[in-house]
Amino acid sequence: MELPFDVVDLGPAEHPQSGEAAPDFERPLVTDEYWEDVALSDLTADGPVLLVFFPMDGSFPATYIWNEITERGWGSGDDLTVVGLSISSPYEHKDFIAEAALPYRLFSDPQNGVAETYGIVHDLDGMAGVSEPRPAAFLIDGDRTVEYAWVAAEWPEFPDYDAIAAAIGDL
Amino acid sequence: MSESTTDASDEGDATITLYRLQACPFCERVARTLSEYDLDYQSRFVEPLHSERNAVKRVSGQRAVPVIVDDRTGVTMSESERIVQYLDRTYGEA
Repeated sequence: MELPFDVVDLGPAEHPQSGEAAPDFERPLVTDEYWEDVALSDLTADGPVLLVFFPMDGSFPATYIWNEITERGWGSGDDLTVVGLSISSPYEHKDFIAEAALPYRLFSDPQNGVAETYGIVHDLDGMAGVSEPRPAAFLIDGDRTVEYAWVAAEWPEFPDYDAIAAAIGDL
Repeated sequence: MSESTTDASDEGDATITLYRLQACPFCERVARTLSEYDLDYQSRFVEPLHSERNAVKRVSGQRAVPVIVDDRTGVTMSESERIVQYLDRTYGEA
């Protein structure tokens, strides 16, 4: 989308690059029925994982991003696990999953520690004391090596879905 | 920040699953007993609305929490008093 002015530039991010290890973490992972602590390494033990960092539940980018991923049907087979992560609470995730009928599980990280580990913290202007991850997507293989990484450099910015699809196809 | 960069979870090792509701005193009682016996357990937090707790219904045939599923003994059980008695009997000192 072309706008007649500059959007906010977030600057460079020191995030894990393709070929580097994806930092492990453990957080409540929310389904439409319950949540429990799950580590990224628990998920990669079953194969590749697409980890999608998204703005808090209720924001329009959250809805856009998950609508697109759902439409593309990523992770509907056995070969890839798709999970999201935002700072929203497990209760908000449960409602989001139910209302959007999302076929995905979402990590809850209200204190934003995972974004710190991944170098993608975004301090929100006009929301004092609130930070969340930049929109980002990491395709991670079964050895927890990053195969593809995309991190927003502007606010707002949306993932390059076709590039992610190509990376999934290359797995 | 409390996590390390190594494998963070012991989920795979837990043999007891506790279905619980946040701030439910009966659930806390069971969790306390599990901790007292130093048992590794995985908590699954469920929906406050009783009618929507289908995950609990599937494993236990009813929707009340707490419920434990003990893979070691094959026992699935509800009601905190019964669960605590079961834990005392199974894992307590003779």
